[in-house]
Amino acid sequence: MAEISQNIPKAHFAGDRQQRGRYVTIALSIALVFTAINSLGVGATGLPIWEILARFLNGIGLTHTESIVLFDIRMPRMVMGVLVGSALSVSGTIMQGLFRNPLADPGLIGVGSGAALGAIIAIVLGSYLPAQLAATFGPSLVPFAAFVGAWATTLLLYRVSTRGGRTSVAVMLLAGIAVGALSGAVSGILIYIADDSELRDLTFWGMGSLAGATWTKVWVAAPMILIALLSAPALARALNAMALGETSAMHMGINVQRMKRFAILAVAGATGAAVAISGGIGFVGIVVPHLLRISIGPDHRYLLPASALLGAIILLIADMVARVAVAPSDLPIGIITAILGGPFFLYILLRNRGMLEA
Amino acid sequence: MFTRIFSIVAAAAIGSTAIAQEAEQRIVSIGGTVTEIIYALGKSDLIVARDTTSTYPAEASQLPDVGYMRALSPEGVLSVDPTLIIAEEGSGPIETIDVLKEASIEYVTVPTGYTADAVAEKIMIIGEALDESEAAATLAAQVTDDMQAAAQTAAHADPKSVLFVLSVQGDRVMAAGQQTSADAIISLAGGQNAMGAFYGYKPVSNEAIIEAAPDLILMMQSGGGHPITDEQIIAHPGLGTTPAARDGNIARIDGLLLLGFGPRTGDAIQSVNTALYAE
Repeated sequence: MAEISQNIPKAHFAGDRQQRGRYVTIALSIALVFTAINSLGVGATGLPIWEILARFLNGIGLTHTESIVLFDIRMPRMVMGVLVGSALSVSGTIMQGLFRNPLADPGLIGVGSGAALGAIIAIVLGSYLPAQLAATFGPSLVPFAAFVGAWATTLLLYRVSTRGGRTSVAVMLLAGIAVGALSGAVSGILIYIADDSELRDLTFWGMGSLAGATWTKVWVAAPMILIALLSAPALARALNAMALGETSAMHMGINVQRMKRFAILAVAGATGAAVAISGGIGFVGIVVPHLLRISIGPDHRYLLPASALLGAIILLIADMVARVAVAPSDLPIGIITAILGGPFFLYILLRNRGMLEA
Repeated sequence: MFTRIFSIVAAAAIGSTAIAQEAEQRIVSIGGTVTEIIYALGKSDLIVARDTTSTYPAEASQLPDVGYMRALSPEGVLSVDPTLIIAEEGSGPIETIDVLKEASIEYVTVPTGYTADAVAEKIMIIGEALDESEAAATLAAQVTDDMQAAAQTAAHADPKSVLFVLSVQGDRVMAAGQQTSADAIISLAGGQNAMGAFYGYKPVSNEAIIEAAPDLILMMQSGGGHPITDEQIIAHPGLGTTPAARDGNIARIDGLLLLGFGPRTGDAIQSVNTALYAE
C-alpha cells in the first residue's frame, strides 16, 4: 500500500492536507459539543442554558414543566439532530465517493423515494388498519413504514443492478430512476384518495422536522445510525482508491464488490432511520461533503468523521432557528436548511470555482 | 408558637394561590370553531394562544399562534404556560399531545360533526371544560334552534344543484364530494351537491362539471390569497358553460363561517340558501 500511495499524483500535498484534516476534525468536535450544549438552552419557553446551569449549581433544580422541557423535549431533540445530521452527511459522503459523482446522494439508491412511499402509505392507509394493530404501532407507524420502504427499495435496486456478483453503478442509477417513477405513481394514487388533513400531514412530513423528537424514536433509530457511523471509517481506504476508478481500486487490492455492498447497506440503514424519524430533510447530505472537500481535500479518512461532525452541527443550528423563528409555532427544518444552506453554498461555489473545476 | 402561626399563614398563602390558579385558566385553543365557541361563551380573555386556523373573530388573530393544528410543537405550546388545552379532534401529532399530557396540562378533545346535534355537543364539551355549563346549554340550544329553523325554511322539494369549488389550480377544479362539510352545508341549505359520486375533495374533469350543470357555484372567500374572479369562472372551459356561470350565480362565503360548523352555522345556511333561491 505504501508504494502505491507514492505513485498517486500530487502525493506531496498529502502531508499538508493531513494536518489540516486533523485540525479541522478537532475544531469541529469542539464546535459540536458547544453547539449541542447550547441547543439545550434554546426554545420557545426561554430557559437559557446558563440559567439551567445556575439552577443545578445552586441546587434549586427545575420545576416539573421545566424538567419536561429539558429532558423530554430538548434533549431527545438534540440527540436526534446529531444522529440525523451525521447520518445524512456521512451517507452523502459515502455516496459521492462510491459513485464518483458530486451530485450523488442517498436518493440514488432509492432511500428517499422508498421512505416517502412508506410514509405516504402509512399516513393515508393507516386508518384502515385493524384497531388492534394500529394501537400496537401508535405514533411509530409512519416512521416504521418509512424505514421499511427505504430498505425494501434499496434491496430491490441492489438486486436489479447486481449480476454475477458484480454491481453495476450505471444500472443502479437507471433502475433508481425507474423505481422512483413507480413509487411516485403509487404515491400519486394515494394522494388522490387522501383527505384534507392527510394531505397536510404529507406536506409537513416532506419538509422534515425534529419537533416530534421522543426518546423512543431516538432509541429505535440510534442503533442503525451508530452502526453505520462507526463502521464508516472502514470504508475510507476503499473510497480513496475508488477515486482513481473501479479498475484501479481493484488493482490496489480493494474488494470492490464487498465494499459496494457494505457501503449501500450502511447508507440505507443510516439514511432510512434518519428519514424515518425526521421526515425529508434535504440539502445537508449533498452540501456538507463538498464544503469539507474544499477545506480539507478528498481524503476519506478525514472526510468521513468531519462530515459526521459538520452535519450534526449544521442540523443543530438549523433546528435552533426552527424552534424560535416563529415561536410559539415551529418551522419545518427542511425549509431552514435550504434557505440558509442554498445561498451559502452558492457563495462557496463562486469563491472556489477554480478548485472544483480542477 | 411562632412556627405555628407561620405554618397557618403559609397554608393560607398556598391555599389562596391554589384558588387563584383555579380561577385563572390559561387556555390554548386549537381549531377555528373551538376558538369561536370560546369567544361566544364570553371566555375569550382566558385564551393565551391559538392555532393557525383560528381566524374568527378578528381579535383572535392578535393572539400568539402555536402553528397548524396537526403539526403542533410541544415546547411552543408549553411556552405560553397553559393550564388547559381545548383542541378539535385530529389535532396532533400524538407525540406532542403525549408530552403536553405528561406536563399535567388538562387536555380536552372536541369532536367534529356536521349536524345541529354535533355542534351542540361541541359547545357543551367546551362549556364543561370552562366550567360554564349553563351558558353553554343556552348557547347550544340557541345554535341548534338557529340551524334547525334555517334548515327548515331552506328545505326545498326540488333542490337546486350546487357545486362547491375548493380551488382552481392550472384550470383544474377541486370540488367537494360526499362526506365533506361543504356537502353537509349544501344539503342543510336546501340544495343538492352537484358532485355526489365521490368522497372528499377531489379534482374533477371539465366534462363532469358540464354534465353536473350546477345552478350555483359556491366558493370560500380567501382573506389574503387570490380569490377566483367571476371573469376567470366565465372564461373557464368547464365552469363557464354551467347554468351557474351563465346566470352569474356565484357565491363566496368565508371559509370558517361556511365550513366550521360552529355558532354561526345558522347564518351560513341562510347565506347559501339566499344565494340559491333569492331572486
